Amino acid sequence: MDTGDAAWLLISSALVLFMTPGLALFYGGMDRSRNVLNMLMMNFWCLLIVPVVWVIVGYSLAQSGDGAWLGNLDAAFLDGFDISGEDGGFGLLVIAFLGMFAVITPALISGAVADRMKFSAWALFVPLWLVLVFSPVFKWVYGGWMGDRGVLDFAGGTAIHVNAGIAALAAVLVLGKRKGWPEEGHRPHSMPLVMLGAGILWFGWFGFNAGSALAANGQAVQAFMNTFLAAAAAGLAWAIVERVRDGHFTNLGTASGIVAGLVAITPAAGFVSGMAPIWIGLATGVICSYAVNLKAKAGYDDALDVVGVHLVGGLIGSLAVGLFANPDFFGGEFMAGLFYGGGMRLFGEQALANASTMVYSFVVTFVIMLALKATIGVRVSDDVEDTGLDLAEHAETAYSTGSASVTRN
Amino acid sequence: MKLVTAVIRPSKVDDVKEALKSAGVLGMTVTEVQGFGRQLGHTEIYRGAEYKVDLIPKVKVEVLADDESAQRIADAVAAAAQTDSVGDGKIWLTEVAGVMRIRTGERDDDAI
Repeated sequence: MDTGDAAWLLISSALVLFMTPGLALFYGGMDRSRNVLNMLMMNFWCLLIVPVVWVIVGYSLAQSGDGAWLGNLDAAFLDGFDISGEDGGFGLLVIAFLGMFAVITPALISGAVADRMKFSAWALFVPLWLVLVFSPVFKWVYGGWMGDRGVLDFAGGTAIHVNAGIAALAAVLVLGKRKGWPEEGHRPHSMPLVMLGAGILWFGWFGFNAGSALAANGQAVQAFMNTFLAAAAAGLAWAIVERVRDGHFTNLGTASGIVAGLVAITPAAGFVSGMAPIWIGLATGVICSYAVNLKAKAGYDDALDVVGVHLVGGLIGSLAVGLFANPDFFGGEFMAGLFYGGGMRLFGEQALANASTMVYSFVVTFVIMLALKATIGVRVSDDVEDTGLDLAEHAETAYSTGSASVTRN
Repeated sequence: MKLVTAVIRPSKVDDVKEALKSAGVLGMTVTEVQGFGRQLGHTEIYRGAEYKVDLIPKVKVEVLADDESAQRIADAVAAAAQTDSVGDGKIWLTEVAGVMRIRTGERDDDAI
């Protein structure tokens, strides 16, 4: 085991873990104050249930064996992975690192179902979705049929963001709209939380992308720089669009642009160089700033814009790989994009991979949600939606005042 | 002149606002308040300890009205705020000795 590689991957794993609380704040701030704790708990639930399911069966289905469609159960219960092997525990470290990705992927969906999903339904949805959707798609991309065709997805644009983004759409179609949407405004209750969450996401994303080199090498350095630049360029583009279109530089536009840029550079981070991350970021910031308005026109209530940011941003980044991938720069064995002499072949493979992921993830997520709806129900009552999920689902309130009147039973 | 004061459920504010607009009311004052009535409070749980919270959030709506329309406005608020379960709130009317619009100096009924 190379100690430098191990050191960087240990740090990267912790960075990626920190993204989930960051995402919770990013979403929680956009929520109304009576539902913020429910949003935080939906995210923290992923931090509780996913690591356990991941080591029992999730990782094995996502990586073990040579299957084109699904892994086997050879690595279930961490079988064969410990620090006594030849790799000195590096394999165990990779399972931990990928486990952090497994945590945040279903957590992304929480933003779409905000304010109205029963917590018990969410609690079951997460492990079901992890095993039935995340693990298979992860295998297709990393070691399955997509990987065999030469599809490139550096840190999870297709496997994570497109996958979670389309699942969010399927979930809200079953769940239905929030009461009063879209006539009533649902404005963010705490913009400082949103900005802090976006900052934590950016910080953690260096581990997500640069860590995905699985080594402390030049590719990690390039991925780090690309992550830095794409987020800035996308935040810049979104903020400028809002300044020109709506008249102001807004905090929410800036935060949304940063996150969209991070999403878009994720599949490309270790395959592109130079000014490519800036072009990708600028394009993403502009396109996503319009994509988030689709929901009102199409009539699906994706509460906090998981579709507009993660699905659309992930697609832009993944397709951009088909344009900007440069194997000469990396000395790597992968296809070149259109701008580096590879023609349209890689672009076509990227499109096929994303289309396949969207169809599979949409259908299976839809079926999971329908099954939950038919059994335990997926939606809170009208009363609970009115009074807030924090108190009804968790018996807690986020911002307590009037402590003088509280007595302990 | 009368002051119509209503304490209602927070989730009914938008309905009440629309009802007041339909009733021709041109202004209202809204305050977030806490209190208890027959609904009593709720229980929160932290590390297994139950905390009884007696004062629960409500919204107070205040509208100035001339004597003729006061009861009609109160009725409109009541209709919009009703859910038929305990905790819908209360409405009361109080006499107002005088009203003045600050910008113009108009007084009483002209200032409403």
